[in-house]
Amino acid sequence: MCAEPLALLTGVHFMDGNSAVCEGAIAAGCRFAAGYPITPSTEIMERFASRVPRLGGICIQMEDECASIMACIGAVWGGAKAFTATSGPGFSLMMESIGYAAMTETPLVVVNVQRAGPSTGLPTMPAQADMLQARWGSHGDYRVIALCPNSPQECFDLAIKAFNLAETWRVPVLIMMDEVVAHMSERVVIPTLSEIAVVQRRYTQVRPGEYQPYRPAARGVPEMAPVGKGFFMHVTGLTHDAKGYPAMDPETQDALVRRFTAKIDSNADDIIVYEEEEIADAEVVVVAYGITSRAAAAAVEEARALGIPAGLLRLVTAWPFPEKKVRELSGRVKALIMVELNLGQMFLEMDRCAKGGAQSIFLGHAGGSIHRPEAILMAIQKAAQL
Amino acid sequence: MNSHPSDSYLRTDRLPHLWCPGCGIGATMNSFVEAVKLSGISRKSLAVVSGIGCSGRVAGYLKADSFHTTHGRAIPFATGLALANPGLRVAVYSGEGDLVAIGGNHLLHAARRNVNIMVVCINNFTYGMTGGQLAPTTPIGSITATTPYGSTEMPCNLVNLAASAGAVFVARWTVFHVRQLACTMAEALVRRGFSFIEVLSPCPTLHLQRNNLGHGETEMRYFKEYSRVANNTSPVEAGLDRRDRKIIVGTFVKRERAVFFDSPDSVTLVRKKKVKA
Ligand code: SF4
Repeated sequence: MCAEPLALLTGVHFMDGNSAVCEGAIAAGCRFAAGYPITPSTEIMERFASRVPRLGGICIQMEDECASIMACIGAVWGGAKAFTATSGPGFSLMMESIGYAAMTETPLVVVNVQRAGPSTGLPTMPAQADMLQARWGSHGDYRVIALCPNSPQECFDLAIKAFNLAETWRVPVLIMMDEVVAHMSERVVIPTLSEIAVVQRRYTQVRPGEYQPYRPAARGVPEMAPVGKGFFMHVTGLTHDAKGYPAMDPETQDALVRRFTAKIDSNADDIIVYEEEEIADAEVVVVAYGITSRAAAAAVEEARALGIPAGLLRLVTAWPFPEKKVRELSGRVKALIMVELNLGQMFLEMDRCAKGGAQSIFLGHAGGSIHRPEAILMAIQKAAQL
Repeated sequence: MNSHPSDSYLRTDRLPHLWCPGCGIGATMNSFVEAVKLSGISRKSLAVVSGIGCSGRVAGYLKADSFHTTHGRAIPFATGLALANPGLRVAVYSGEGDLVAIGGNHLLHAARRNVNIMVVCINNFTYGMTGGQLAPTTPIGSITATTPYGSTEMPCNLVNLAASAGAVFVARWTVFHVRQLACTMAEALVRRGFSFIEVLSPCPTLHLQRNNLGHGETEMRYFKEYSRVANNTSPVEAGLDRRDRKIIVGTFVKRERAVFFDSPDSVTLVRKKKVKA
């Protein structure tokens, strides 16, 4: 789909994260978005609205976030790749439909540019306090994939990855940005078409009469069928059997929900991405993601200059969480320091995975500003003396 | 078992349906199947979207691509579906609680935009699936599970709501009028733009029994006796009040205006610009 002229702005740009995530979506073949204005994500929809009509795509402003995400889900079933972008209050309104997308296994991408909350909070200032909402926000058991870009370049790259993951695993994929990454401008390199791997929607080869929309195929992921081609598929948010028909019994419920969780859990090693810096001989490891990881990287560099064996584990996928990696580290390092813009969210997950091995230390505040590297350096120095 | 002429349009492997004896929803579904046959639209191109509630179960019984969505969100789902795949004929089939209470905002804006979808709204004056609570159309004084001393709220005139929001085709029938309903649905199926058809339907299990209004059959007699066909009536004048002993039915609005994303001021204009450039 990227073959059209103008679709891919190959070249070197000076671009903010909101623009870059939008360009990444376009590069991934997304031609449908529905959204509702909300600071600090608004520029994503604005840019998409100016870009995609020229590419034969559609961008609509809906009456609220409930409608925005549902229009995207409808568009996905109509055959499009679709996404919406929002921030805290809108993300809260979208929770119901994130559950619907999980239940119906809709390949959907949602961007959340995090601002400080709760409620209206600090609309123009950063936070990372929706991280557990991303994981647990809709009712019931389900899985999502959540990605945390830390630069405009990564906003572009991870937007493409998000669509690819959504098509591969048929789960909602959440791009968890923050206000600073969204509004900072940096060099963004948009590669050529041949350098970008795009996963297209794969439709079943099974014939209409024999097709069952929710029969698990490879790696627990069922195959989609195109709408309007006589498959007569039924899609429901009710607990359903392989035919897609409602089945109101605990056995079907258990098998279905276990499949949702298993398709992510048992393929987690293929999904999880993280970066390590100076980890090999580290005694103190800082764990961070998004904008915070950049302050953390500076602090780790400072610590090394001072002769402290510090390292950095940067989460690119927050969910699924790199449980194995954290467990392995906790068996050999002195301390793990989670730095984040909240009062301890991913920290809980890190602490759970560390299982009392290394010391779990939390460094965070309620958002509104980002960490100074000096504050992280102090935490590293203190931990090194444990 | 002998087959029924509508069998090929139904998911017969899901029958019997879950509706109560005397409920009108099944009859409206039969009219819808007749309408699909009358309209001549291709079976494959039909997509049915429902919300939540007794009426929201229609999607699950029709042999079409069918989507049973969340409470209130059938219309935005249908909007995305229809825009992404303009070759489909998208029908939303749900109840008044779903479409007008929790989904009311979406109804207004889809009508305003003139999205190319057809909406069938079953009005049975109560929330059936959850046990007979107050609906936006519950008549004043009615006993419901949440108004045990009688409702004091002014009910909503659905056809007026849809028309004033901008729907280009607005009609009302009752489940007594199965033929007229089928013809009107067929007309809506082949028209473009946002159409809204209200269908009055008995809920004997909850609404009728609680209010001493008899059974499904009693209500059918009531519909038969008191309905007045008056096409082109202004929707403002078509409010429902049981004390009037009058139900105005027919097609109230038929008009044309630019359909969402068909209009020259949206995509096509940009495309033209692009060609020129
Ligand atoms: S509860 Fe009422 S609306 Fe629901 S199936 Fe029974 S009669 Fe019909």
